[in-house]
Amino acid sequence: MEPFPQETAPLPGATVIKAVGLTKRYGVLDVLQGIDLEAHEGEVISILGASGSGKSTFLRCLNLLEVPSGGALNILGEDIRFRLKRGEQHIADARQVNRLRSQVGMVFQNFCLWSHRTVLQNVMEGPIHVQGRNRYEVRDEAEKTLARVGMLNRAEYYPSQLSGGQQQRVAIARAIVMRPRVLLFDEPTSALDPELVGEVLKVMRDLASEGRTMLIVTHEMAFARDVSSRIVFLEKGTVRAQGSPQDLFKGGMDESFDRFISHFSRPG
Amino acid sequence: MDWSFLFETLKTLLAGVPLTLQLATTALCTGFVLAACIATLAESAFAPARWFSRLYVMLFQGTPLLVQIFVIYYGFGQISFLRSSFAWPLLAQAYWCAILALSLNTSAYGAEIIRGAIAAVPEREIEAGRAIGMAGLLLRRRVIWPQALRYGLANYGNEAILLLKATSLASVITLMDVTGLAYRLVSKTYRSEEIFTVAGLIYLAMTFVIATCVHMLEGHLNPSRRV
Repeated sequence: MEPFPQETAPLPGATVIKAVGLTKRYGVLDVLQGIDLEAHEGEVISILGASGSGKSTFLRCLNLLEVPSGGALNILGEDIRFRLKRGEQHIADARQVNRLRSQVGMVFQNFCLWSHRTVLQNVMEGPIHVQGRNRYEVRDEAEKTLARVGMLNRAEYYPSQLSGGQQQRVAIARAIVMRPRVLLFDEPTSALDPELVGEVLKVMRDLASEGRTMLIVTHEMAFARDVSSRIVFLEKGTVRAQGSPQDLFKGGMDESFDRFISHFSRPG
Repeated sequence: MDWSFLFETLKTLLAGVPLTLQLATTALCTGFVLAACIATLAESAFAPARWFSRLYVMLFQGTPLLVQIFVIYYGFGQISFLRSSFAWPLLAQAYWCAILALSLNTSAYGAEIIRGAIAAVPEREIEAGRAIGMAGLLLRRRVIWPQALRYGLANYGNEAILLLKATSLASVITLMDVTGLAYRLVSKTYRSEEIFTVAGLIYLAMTFVIATCVHMLEGHLNPSRRV
């Protein structure tokens, strides 16, 4: 297997994701009604919105786990090619999508670790089998990555033997060991017991402070306010408001956003 | 109790064990290959392939194995084009007819087990594979099949046990497996209780070995559930 090109030095501020008029329809339900978003290298973008606003669907469109119904999508400088079949849009070039997915890390709400593999095996899987990298080099990097998320001492455990917070930290390690250019987080703390949220957010804070490009769907308002460089607020499948967290959280910029954050009685 | 007769019976019947095991393992292996094909057809995007797979499973699950053996052993001989075909040298032998019937029969059940096992693989773990760029054979080999094996193993172990016991039906088409030898001995001695009890114990010992192997394999594949 030919190894994937490794971590090309990013141009500072280069566009990594560009969505133009992105739509997604399930039958008669319009989940996304034309979303425009441009994410640049080094940005940390929090995507907020009430449930049903389409934020998770949008995030899943960005690595094509959901195929958009319309609009244009450019990931890492490549236009995603679609084809129409019976009036529905499909992926035209599966190789292109697989290649891009290996450079776009995804962290799921439910961790989604492979239950039949140990922590270390989970982390080593992608670099070895998808990227075709050398096993010994990968093992070394996987161990370092696990150490960074504080999970090296659980390397030989199976996912079912770990707490939710620990599983999520492994899932983050599994994503970053692929050396992705962008990290997508789909409500990474929503399935966790409250006392476990902090350990995951801490890892995410560290990643953000390293200058990694991250798009985060979250309900953690304090985290979004403190860590993001930009907030994107979705409502009914459209971008209702966006801007710096300072501007938005100050209030008065968008009344719908103000109403939304007022539901979070504990913004701590 | 006539210990020396029991011992003689055991010695006689044990001679049938190799044939019983041969029938069971050959049918298990070919049946598994067939089952994997049928299960693949069941998930095919091509509708007639799905219908075929459904019909196949219905046909072999819906008729008794004994009838299937009779149809293949007695019925195929009536079909003239089969008699002149290349397969006839095999189909003319009871041994191969039994293997064929057992393989076809177990493959129908096996296909359902495989289909169920693959359906049981958590969607989100498959999605996690896709999300890092896996697809096609790689995704199957690294995520879907290893998981499906864990879900399907216990059921397939049961099927192996059922199959082993089902081989006893091969005795009705003259094969001298454990049951066949037991029949012959009964017709000579008229001591059916003792002979069939011994035969039953032999089957029990064989199924015990299978069950133990499956159990050990399960433990090996699921280290996290071992306590």
